[in-house]
Amino acid sequence: MAKAKIDLNRVAMPKQEAGARRQNFSEVATGYTAEDAKREASRCIECKARNCVAGCPVAIDIPEFISAVKTGDFTAADEIIKRTNALPGICGRVCPQESQCEAVCTLAKKKAPVAIGRLERFVADWEPGYRLKGSTGAKAPKSCKKVAVIGSGPSGLTCAAELARLGHSVTIFESLHVAGGVLMYGIPEFRLPKTIVQTEINFVRSLGVEIVLNAVAGKTFTIDELFKDGFQAVFLGTGAGLPLFLNIENENAPGVYSANEFLSRVNLMKAYHFPEFDTPLKVGKEVAVVGGGNVAMDAARSAVRLGARVTVVYRRGREEMPARLEEVENAEEEGINFLFLTNPISFQVNDQKWVSGMTCQKMSLGDPDASGRRRPVPVGGSEFTLPCDMAIVALGTRPNPLIARSAPGLAFASAGTVIADESTGLTRKAGVWAGGDIVTGSATVISAMGAGKAAARDIDRYLASL
Amino acid sequence: MYSIISTEELVPRVRVYRISAPRIAKKAAAGQFVILRVDDNGERIPLTIADWDVVEGSVSVVFMEVGTTTTKLSRLKAGDTISDIVGPLGNATEIDNFGTVCLMAGGFATATIMPIARAMKAAGNRVITIVGARNKDLLFWRERLSAVSDELIITTDDGSAGRKGVVTEPIKEMLERGERIDRVIAIGPSIMMKFSALTTKPFGIKTIVSMNPIMIDGTGMCGCCRVSVAGQTRFACVDGPEFDAHAIDWDNFMARQRSYIEEEKRSLEICRCPSG
Ligand SMILES: Cc1cc2nc3c(=O)[nH]c(=O)nc-3n(C[C@H](O)[C@H](O)[C@H](O)COP(=O)(O)OP(=O)(O)OC[C@H]3O[C@@H](n4cnc5c(N)ncnc54)[C@H](O)[C@@H]3O)c2cc1C
Ligand SMILES: Cc1cc2nc3c(=O)[nH]c(=O)nc-3n(C[C@H](O)[C@H](O)[C@H](O)COP(=O)(O)OP(=O)(O)OC[C@H]3O[C@@H](n4cnc5c(N)ncnc54)[C@H](O)[C@@H]3O)c2cc1C
Ligand code: SF4
Ligand code: SF4
Ligand code: FES
Repeated sequence: MAKAKIDLNRVAMPKQEAGARRQNFSEVATGYTAEDAKREASRCIECKARNCVAGCPVAIDIPEFISAVKTGDFTAADEIIKRTNALPGICGRVCPQESQCEAVCTLAKKKAPVAIGRLERFVADWEPGYRLKGSTGAKAPKSCKKVAVIGSGPSGLTCAAELARLGHSVTIFESLHVAGGVLMYGIPEFRLPKTIVQTEINFVRSLGVEIVLNAVAGKTFTIDELFKDGFQAVFLGTGAGLPLFLNIENENAPGVYSANEFLSRVNLMKAYHFPEFDTPLKVGKEVAVVGGGNVAMDAARSAVRLGARVTVVYRRGREEMPARLEEVENAEEEGINFLFLTNPISFQVNDQKWVSGMTCQKMSLGDPDASGRRRPVPVGGSEFTLPCDMAIVALGTRPNPLIARSAPGLAFASAGTVIADESTGLTRKAGVWAGGDIVTGSATVISAMGAGKAAARDIDRYLASL
Repeated sequence: MYSIISTEELVPRVRVYRISAPRIAKKAAAGQFVILRVDDNGERIPLTIADWDVVEGSVSVVFMEVGTTTTKLSRLKAGDTISDIVGPLGNATEIDNFGTVCLMAGGFATATIMPIARAMKAAGNRVITIVGARNKDLLFWRERLSAVSDELIITTDDGSAGRKGVVTEPIKEMLERGERIDRVIAIGPSIMMKFSALTTKPFGIKTIVSMNPIMIDGTGMCGCCRVSVAGQTRFACVDGPEFDAHAIDWDNFMARQRSYIEEEKRSLEICRCPSG
């Protein structure tokens, strides 16, 4: 029998033009139409190997949902996805698919993997809101076991959703006034609309998960108190939110922001709607962003939308940037300037003590370091000053110290991360599991979700043994 | 939603609110603060816990009406609700039997210093409290403070109550007289804390101040609250809010506090006159 011809043309993602999107916070990628989705789905050869499923940390039944999309049964596709993933609208948008499911898709060998993420997003958007029909995966009978999940980022939400489906009663405790973690305060509206995040969180609620806001572990309550209150297991998904700084002169001058502060003002507090919303934000005319990851790209692209001219300063080269290539290209299209092989050595201030410039040094690439990337070394006599009236430092984050100071029995690594078993998330403290950025340091949404799911399975086994 | 149990104007533009927050009341200690948000468009602002009642499940905050959020808050009455309140945040004041403790308060901090005075007294210290205000009409809680102080000294700028002068003068005289003071805690406007630090420094007396930078989350996530202490960057919300007064870079701190002056003014005009 002749093999069907394989279509190697991925259906392109429609997106707002660069000129238009510089002016607004609306989503850049506007999403597939039903026709686009069916066409892209029909490229999947439903291969026996199902490589894609192994590439997804939450093991979505990818060929099955794509098959349903092919036939136009989007509702069925949604049900298949939600069996294993409570947050598909989020994952479809922010997963680094190119290094997950799509990297191992059989068609990746031909450089044209099925656009799994885009299809997942399409399906999630097609079924907006959450359906309470209980059709999303059989729910186990009530177990009468109580689990506390701390932190409502992707790891906590996934762990909670999984445990609720297994019949346990789950309460999430979140320190902020909204649930979602980085999905709400970090990743900007134009990449991940906040209504999508809240819709998917409401889906998690519909599974029976209770979310208590304004509750800080280590302050409002301690982990040991949770056990006294009748919780039988605790999952820690508090992320790695504490921003790192350069420790250079004048770094605390007003006008020098951490990316988290800048993005929190914009996303969480909606400062781009100031004064309609009360939280202010001062956006410079010339903004310097330090760093080369996704966070730096998000900060730079947010600043452009607030009317600034933006320069990203990164100490290695373009190829070494940890940010997703797609986001770097988006940033370039939006007119952001890049200075590679450049490292800040001090900030300058004006007579109001406000930041007025960033003095930098050129770098060259030396021998590879422990991470395999070539180490940047300073070039003597190459100092110059980049004038700026605002600077945003995006150098990475580590776990905040609140949990460490209040939970005797937990063990921590030198980077402040919690030590936990790689496959189960079990920590050194009895009855406590951890997963996501608090264990790995800043990583990805989907790896945090995978960790939440693995921990839920192990917690379920543990609860059964009680 | 969290309901306001009672409101009282202590002096013009300074009010004390009792807010229902049982979980916070259970954990509160002297020196800690809450962050609250009045409504869904609101800013998150930090306020020190001035008192708490575990049985009633309430915390009290004393605030001065200075900008949009505190103005919105002022308009609320008993029975009204606010969107959010979280805490207790920050580290509690270090309480011990130091010997003689001098507490200095300026402005609304008269309220903030109350739980510290109470705890210091209970720990067996001799407590000298100095309260400074512009004039006698801005003074409040005098009886409550004298009940937990061995000595209460009032200073006013115009001499309308207590002695005329600034809050740092009495302590300076005491120290010059050679009176023994083992620890100083100064809370109030930055300028007052800065001058308190300058006053005690030559005498080498350990002086603690409670820093009030602009904050967002209060859990170590944004880095907005950073303070330079002994050349190191510290986060007031998780490492403070109390720090060694003699190690703080005051000029940098005060510049940071002024970051949003223009925006705050604009926001307040709109808040006062919503139609325009
Ligand atoms: C700007 C930005 C852009 C990013 N872009 C991407 C991307 O495109 N794709 C991608 O895959 N990843 C991206 N990431 C990384 C990704 O968001 C994180 O890896 C992921 O969110 C980690 O999930 P988590 O559940 O471990 O923690 P978080 O999302 O950090 O959630 C932790 C939650 O715990 C709460 N919390 C903290 N301490 C306490 C406490 N003591 N008590 C109670 N609650 C507490 C926090 O408020 C927060 O809500 C980005 C990160 C940032 C900052
Ligand atoms: C840990 C901590 C504890 C605090 N405790 C109290 C308290 O018990 N009672 C109280 O009244 N205030 C307290 N503050 C200050 C309080 O948070 C601010 O007054 C409040 O944020 C002002 O909000 P607003 O929207 O009304 O005014 P804004 O519009 O934000 O500001 C109006 C004016 O107040 C000044 N201002 C703004 N933020 C601060 C600040 N953090 N500190 C000092 N001045 C500021 C501005 O420079 C401006 O001049 C505390 C601050 C911190 C960090
Ligand atoms: S969740 Fe992420 S890794 Fe899994 S299928 Fe979707 S896009 Fe791929
Ligand atoms: S690996 Fe690719 S082609 Fe094969 S089933 Fe998965 S998506 Fe389809
Ligand atoms: S207030 Fe955000 S880190 Fe302190």
